[in-house]
Amino acid sequence: MIFVIWGIVFVAGIWIISTYNTLTALRLRVQNGWHQINVQLKRRYDLIPNLVETVKGYMQFEQDTLQKVIDARSKAMVSTGVKQTAEAQGALSESLGKVFVLMENYPDLKSNQNVLDLQEELSTTENQIAFSRQYYNDLVTQYNTKQQVFPGNLIAGFFKFQPSELFAAPEAEMALPKVNLSLPR
Amino acid sequence: MLAGCFIVFFLIIGGAVDFLFFAGFTPAGARLPIATVLALGFASFTTLTAYYGGSGLILGSLGAEKLDMQIAEHRELRNIVTEMALASGAAMPQVYVMDDAAPNALATGTNEKNAAICVTTGLLTLLDREETQGVVAHEMSHIRNEDTLLMTLVSVLVGGIAILADWGQRGAFHSRSNRRDGAKNPALFIPLLLLVAVSPLLARLLAMAVSRQREYLADATAAEYTRNPRSLARALEKIRDAGAPVNKATRGTAPLFFCDPLRRRLDDSESSLANLLTTHPPIARRIALLYEMAGMAQAAIR
Repeated sequence: MIFVIWGIVFVAGIWIISTYNTLTALRLRVQNGWHQINVQLKRRYDLIPNLVETVKGYMQFEQDTLQKVIDARSKAMVSTGVKQTAEAQGALSESLGKVFVLMENYPDLKSNQNVLDLQEELSTTENQIAFSRQYYNDLVTQYNTKQQVFPGNLIAGFFKFQPSELFAAPEAEMALPKVNLSLPR
Repeated sequence: MLAGCFIVFFLIIGGAVDFLFFAGFTPAGARLPIATVLALGFASFTTLTAYYGGSGLILGSLGAEKLDMQIAEHRELRNIVTEMALASGAAMPQVYVMDDAAPNALATGTNEKNAAICVTTGLLTLLDREETQGVVAHEMSHIRNEDTLLMTLVSVLVGGIAILADWGQRGAFHSRSNRRDGAKNPALFIPLLLLVAVSPLLARLLAMAVSRQREYLADATAAEYTRNPRSLARALEKIRDAGAPVNKATRGTAPLFFCDPLRRRLDDSESSLANLLTTHPPIARRIALLYEMAGMAQAAIR
């Protein structure tokens, strides 16, 4: 009889340890995922001045759009925390998107190999940011789920694990974009 | 689950050969099932040498070359692989390009650290960026799901079964004197003998089934990574219509490719008998499943 009790205690102990370790490992992977996103974001910050310099000469009538990109970039560089960064990044993506659309109007620009390379670089950076975000969000969902389902929530509560924040698309990004179809004068 | 079936099948055949020809499992015979253990040993040796040396050999035989950063398409390919590595949370694999007009891709490597992806020049020309991304995601899924490891283990078991069946055939001519020893049950003798005789064929069919199942899994995982099953479906459609075989692919390397590189007529037929013999699932079915994932009930018939 005493063996049965010891057996139960032993199995329960193993289960507690393994759940705690799983939660800790996930927490560290979530932190790593967040740092990965920051690496990609920094890459974009570094590429943007290049793009603006290259197209400035050609797109003389679009100075205010280009200026918006620079401002959005400066704002994004000083943001901290998941929510603030997500909002600032959203604004930056939006202004960059406008520049790409405007670039379609300038055939000289489209045939310039440097510009095409830069566009590919920025395209892949946007994709890399998107995929890092996706991976981070998937990890966070997994982590939060493990903390909330029974019986994992007992361990999570006891050892004070906190749910992490998702990198969410801010409201501005989801608003319909205003497209100006009027011809330039 | 199929791999589990495989292991059980191997043990049954091993046990049968031991019972029939080496008087195993009887009081008069040896303590260990000799045949099973020896067969496993030989098969492991040959397969594991291939496993550890394999990646370099395979890439060499296909004429795979490293990327040339001067070419825009190669830079784009490297970017696409980086994106997929981020999406899957894996380390960045080595990227190679193979000079062949047929569009195809393959992944090799035993684990994430020495993984490699090779893409043909035909694929780079034929598919656009989104579709290439889908194909690369499929290859990354193979790496992440450790399919090379699984298929290697399956090869070991297939090889082991072939060796056992071979010994069984030879043993059949020498064992008449043994038949009086031990407690050989005559009712078991004939069925087990038949089982051992057909086992190599059954083993190959099982291995094909495992390979097909992993292909479906890789398609699904790729859709999870890109969140865009349509791009992979479009890539499959384009590759199916191109229909060209890869020149340097052999029957040994064929299972590693994205689509069957030998382009036998079996691939496009849908009969269940044909399905049993191919390493890759029928392309039409893969496309239909991907469209289903995208929530489009009716695949566009092109």
